[in-house]
Amino acid sequence: MAMSSSLLWAVDIFGRVYTLSTVGQHWELCKDTQLEFKRVSAVKQCCWGIACDHQVYTYVFSGDVPIRYQEETYENQRWNPVGGFCEKLLPSDRWQWSDVSGLKHQQLDSFTLPSPHWEWESDWYVDENIGGEPTEKGGWTYAIDFPSTYTKDKKWNSCVRRRRWIRYRRYKSRDIWAKIVSRDDPDQLPDPFNDISIGGWEITDEPLGRLSVWAVSLQGRVWYRENVCHHNPEGSMWSLITTPGEVVQISCGPYDLLWATLWEGQAIVREGIDRNNPQGISWSIVESPSSENGIMHVSVGVDVVWCVTKDRKVWFRRGVNSHNPCGTSWIEMVGDMMMVNVGLNNQVWGIGCDDRAIYFRQGVTPSELSGKTWKAIVCGRESDRSQTGSSTSLLSAGCFFTDDIQNQTNAVIPGDADTSSDTDLPSIPTYLANTPPMGAAASGSGSSAGNQTAEICANLTVDPLDSDQGEANVASTGNKKSHLESLKSTNPNPSAELQWTNIDLKEAQKHPVLSVSTFAETSSLSSLGMFSVGTEEQYGADEHPLWAWVSGGGCLVDLHSPLKWFTVSSGLSSSVQSLSLSITPAQTAAWRKQIFQQLSERTKRELENFRHYEQAVEQSVWVKTGMLQWWRNWKPHKWMDVRVALEQFTGSDGMRDSILFVYYMYHEEKKYIHVFLNEVTIIVDVLNEAKHSFALYTPERTKQRWPIRLAATTEQEMNDWLSLLNMSCCESRRIQGPPSHHAIWSVTCKGDIFVSEPSPELEAGPHLMPCDQMFWRQVGGHLRLIECNNQGIVWGIGYDHTAWVYTGGYGGGFIQGLASSADNIYTQSDVKCVYIYENQRWNPVTGYSSRGLPTDRYMWSDASGLQECTKVNTKPPSPQWTWVSDWYIDFSTSGGTDREGWQYAADFPASYHGHKTMKDFVRRRRWARKCKIVTSGPWLEVPPVTLWDISIIPSSDAVDEESVALWAISDKGDVLCRLGVTQQNPAGTSWLHVGTDQPFISISIGAFYQVWAVARDGSAFYRGSVSPKKPAGDCWYHIPSPQKQKLKQVSVGRTSVFVLDKNGNLWYRQGITPSYPQGSTWDYVSNNIRKMSVGPLDQVWVIADKVQGSHSLSCGTVCHRTGVQPMEPKGLSWDYGIGGGWEHITVRGNATEASRVAMQDTSEENSAVSKDLEENESKGRAEHSKTPLMVSESQDLDRSAVNC
Amino acid sequence: MTDDKDVLRDVWFGRIPTCFTLYQDEITEREAEPYYLLLPRISYLTLVTDKVKKHFQKVMRQEEINEIWFEYEGTPLKWHYPIGLLFDLHASNTALPWNITVHFKNFPEKDLLHCHSKDVIEAHFMACIKEADALKHKSQVINEMQKKDHKQLWMGLQNDKFEQFWAINRKLMEYPPEDNGFRYIPFRIYQATTERPFIQKLFRPIASGGQLHTLGDLLKDVCPSAITPEGVSYLGFSRTFPAAQPCGVAFDCSSHAPSVPA
Repeated sequence: MAMSSSLLWAVDIFGRVYTLSTVGQHWELCKDTQLEFKRVSAVKQCCWGIACDHQVYTYVFSGDVPIRYQEETYENQRWNPVGGFCEKLLPSDRWQWSDVSGLKHQQLDSFTLPSPHWEWESDWYVDENIGGEPTEKGGWTYAIDFPSTYTKDKKWNSCVRRRRWIRYRRYKSRDIWAKIVSRDDPDQLPDPFNDISIGGWEITDEPLGRLSVWAVSLQGRVWYRENVCHHNPEGSMWSLITTPGEVVQISCGPYDLLWATLWEGQAIVREGIDRNNPQGISWSIVESPSSENGIMHVSVGVDVVWCVTKDRKVWFRRGVNSHNPCGTSWIEMVGDMMMVNVGLNNQVWGIGCDDRAIYFRQGVTPSELSGKTWKAIVCGRESDRSQTGSSTSLLSAGCFFTDDIQNQTNAVIPGDADTSSDTDLPSIPTYLANTPPMGAAASGSGSSAGNQTAEICANLTVDPLDSDQGEANVASTGNKKSHLESLKSTNPNPSAELQWTNIDLKEAQKHPVLSVSTFAETSSLSSLGMFSVGTEEQYGADEHPLWAWVSGGGCLVDLHSPLKWFTVSSGLSSSVQSLSLSITPAQTAAWRKQIFQQLSERTKRELENFRHYEQAVEQSVWVKTGMLQWWRNWKPHKWMDVRVALEQFTGSDGMRDSILFVYYMYHEEKKYIHVFLNEVTIIVDVLNEAKHSFALYTPERTKQRWPIRLAATTEQEMNDWLSLLNMSCCESRRIQGPPSHHAIWSVTCKGDIFVSEPSPELEAGPHLMPCDQMFWRQVGGHLRLIECNNQGIVWGIGYDHTAWVYTGGYGGGFIQGLASSADNIYTQSDVKCVYIYENQRWNPVTGYSSRGLPTDRYMWSDASGLQECTKVNTKPPSPQWTWVSDWYIDFSTSGGTDREGWQYAADFPASYHGHKTMKDFVRRRRWARKCKIVTSGPWLEVPPVTLWDISIIPSSDAVDEESVALWAISDKGDVLCRLGVTQQNPAGTSWLHVGTDQPFISISIGAFYQVWAVARDGSAFYRGSVSPKKPAGDCWYHIPSPQKQKLKQVSVGRTSVFVLDKNGNLWYRQGITPSYPQGSTWDYVSNNIRKMSVGPLDQVWVIADKVQGSHSLSCGTVCHRTGVQPMEPKGLSWDYGIGGGWEHITVRGNATEASRVAMQDTSEENSAVSKDLEENESKGRAEHSKTPLMVSESQDLDRSAVNC
Repeated sequence: MTDDKDVLRDVWFGRIPTCFTLYQDEITEREAEPYYLLLPRISYLTLVTDKVKKHFQKVMRQEEINEIWFEYEGTPLKWHYPIGLLFDLHASNTALPWNITVHFKNFPEKDLLHCHSKDVIEAHFMACIKEADALKHKSQVINEMQKKDHKQLWMGLQNDKFEQFWAINRKLMEYPPEDNGFRYIPFRIYQATTERPFIQKLFRPIASGGQLHTLGDLLKDVCPSAITPEGVSYLGFSRTFPAAQPCGVAFDCSSHAPSVPA
């Protein structure tokens, strides 16, 4: 299971690129070592760099999801009486092959790959899907004439027809440095590059993956790379941006901040960068902090600017924000640096002036942007240790023979614009990285073949610097060392004469030039390998690497990420060290077991024969009392102060039980209500900005939709009560430990996670258990969606689309201490947006303004307009959340927006559209602000692909070893199939991409590998031939939607297939047979549905939109379809469970049928107990008054209060 | 699968079967029957012996009754040590039940502290808790607690309420994940000698190099004589495992001492 990590990129003075992981302890050499670099600029998904050939390269990380781009063109035909539809068009018609508008001539063969880094995925084919509906074979759509609306049906007056051809191309140069090839006019080509900086991805969320790439040429000109985005990682062309002077260096932040330094020592700041104009409009000049020493280097973050002046002093710019990108003044910071780099979260790295070490600025927080101190990163390089351990070498040697190398060979694509580059020697550099391990492995293997290889290696070693070439044949380490020493002595201490510009690469060039030119001639694999072995040794453990450049633009460090960068391994081998630094769960478990055994032995020894002895301390009731507020149950409803007491007693059977009393005053009379905790079905904290409140439900109160609501003054106090009450509930129901494999999981609109153990009577049996009696307990964490199967494999997706896998623990969040497992609880975070609306009305004088009519809504409001929500007064959803961004305009509002984010309508409230018409008198726009929660729970991140939907196969007979089918939709709409998911490794190993012609939004896999999916256009698809042997199946079958409804969700149980449309209607797929798995028709089942889950018993559970209770209405309610039988798969009616505020439920773990399972469950007992207690209750206080702490008070029992 | 809670429960519910007999020289009106009781290891003698006191007072004349004290084989038992500690220190090798002699006269002023009321025990207990938290968290946790939390801790101990006690005590046993442990480990190593009843030193859970310290490291540091080639000689803590009493031998064994010397 991979933990979420990100990378710090750096270049050493020899131009070699290294990365350091936030969870790692060693610098790792960049996989692609064919080039030496001067500069790199990284973000999370890629890195751009300028190599020593002054060309720009981009390094896109490989991933399970390919980067693909859909090319399309239309084939147009006209009907003529002779030949029917044919290619002959009228002279006034469009071309036979054109774009969608018909204005552009586009023949199939006119499409070429944009660069050598792309390849075609397949040949052209006809798209047979039009607007979510399948068309006749051939994909033709018909119309009276061009241009017109096209229908899939051919009519008597259909004179023209057209069809769409599509073809995908795929970006292939991932995990290598891909040269940015310029197809521009040679005269316009930029001169060689000198600096590069990337960022700007936060300027807007859409289009996804857009990146601003800025470069500076040797002549001091600034270039902007157009159209760099996720599916076009190289961008399209360079645009020249005029500057007030000669620029030497540039820095681009994640948002709209862009600074550059001029040759004369001032900085220039780009103004006017926004969503519509990512290049910005104009420059402002900022003077250097000191008159003698100009600025030589600048780096910007979200809202911070750091610079280094020519005397190596470091400065921090005060007062920088999006309204004032220039800031106000400089403050000098401690430390002398060559350069500084601001990365994610405004974190700062620098390269020390004297020692060339990389320093991390500690203590940079939102409240203290300038941080506290510089701390040197003292990690060694991974290559330093890989040479020492033979096992590692063997391992990598093994890799040498896999497709690993194949990728690299294929991947080296020479740029076509530049032939002078000395790097266009594909075969040589490819082996560079792989040779040392091979050599090591071969010599270590002792086999004859290995020895041979080793000899060849040795013989091929030709070292141009070594005077004694003969001895080089014996590849002895001593020899290499002496050679290296001589090499070293010829190079004076690099830092002594290095200048701040790229002169520091002078040294490096000696190496690469030697290595490339000399060794290229000999075509020797091993000589390069030997050489690189040697250079590693040059810097042993005591000599740290010398760095030239660092980029933290892809490196996420926050308060919750403990870094291991600052301690040296001190000679311990890495494995030993990791042991001593962190205790493995296995060790801890073994330890605990030992202690537990010893304790048990002690208890046995000391107590076994003496159990009849009297206890020194008698068991008595203990009470937690406190002052809380209670949402009183008479009108007018309001919060009132109450005294609350929890009493716990041990029954004669040793079972613990608890009662919660709420004492209140009613017309100056003391009264109370009480609730037996073994009747409580859920304790849920309630979203409320002002109060820390929570609600208690019993089956009765679920029916009423009217829980007991209590509020505490502080979050801590509420959490104490929640924790205690939860524990007491679980204790009285004898529920302990992690949820079972059959558990039903659900998520509330707050992102809270609840789990319920299903009783066998839930789905079958003579006395079906009503679902309002289900007991739900909370599990830590924050999720938007959760899916499971009946083997205990549980995955979740956060609001930020991060994928999480369940670790098998329980507790976390506020559930701490005893009710939480000690292992398997990890920090979890999530990010979501809070939205407010800016509303305006048009008036004839000033046009749109914030001056509305007296009857209008607030000019700043929530979506309904009823609540005033200004930027200032809007707070994060609860105190657990903190803002992580400023307010920004949301352009992705449904209905579309104009360039400034406005949506127009005739009046409030109405349906809004993205362009102004004559009839529109009001407009609104949505502002968003991101907030973040940090909590804990039994979840581990599954990086790096972010997800939209998941489905895990419910298996009827659980075979432990077999891998489990898990399908998912990425948040970009890609369909993915997870490989290697087993009970032992629920996170799986990798994603397999399943191609689709459009983005998908929902997926589900049934017990017999029936995979159904819903596309973004609302159409359904069935995936053919999915099986354990063929996990991704073969092709998609388009299934027409029911009555032209747009679908939004699909769920497949054992055999049943249900879909949900965007209007909240639930449909059942009729006519499915093993030989015809697609089925025939859709049968209507119900309306009022938000979400659904069909389980392995074909049971149907939903989140209903609205449910009316006896006291109140609830929105988002768990409901269970009753009467579902093999012959009646649609069921008969609904049974209402917990709600409102529920968002998601999954019953796909529950394969427990009453007939199959013995009555081991305690639910029957519980209901019996609760019946007893009901009787007690009716007998009044007598039964409980033996508890000493409640005798004196509240003799008056408020019967109505108790009964409600 | 053992869990923290199981371990904590077993520690908490550790009991020592005890036989109380009245000292032979005490003057009684009729013969005093011995009194048998299961004593909680983590509690204090004077806190849990009300029944014993009542039992023997019934057979004695009022004027003969002075402050009660306990003795085992001639050694006066210090009430301010946890019961488990007293047992392990003085009586671990004897057969059970543990025979304790009850005295009402001749209070050994030199050896014992007076204990006139339970407030004294509470004050002593809270002082221990505070001292331990000073070592663990620079007293930050205990100082942030409210009076009622302190009371709950004490009431939990007094009434033998595991949940009540641990609901508060868990806060004292936590540390921020980035700290990897407490500032110092609160511990005392008790010895059955009178001149130096216990050893106490500042000891960090993590070595300067970043490795976690083990129990063995601690002993090597503070009490080298306890380590013999075969392992650790008897010190008592093998019995009193992470007691709820931070003033006793209180290691959170599961998280701080990754390995015990063999």
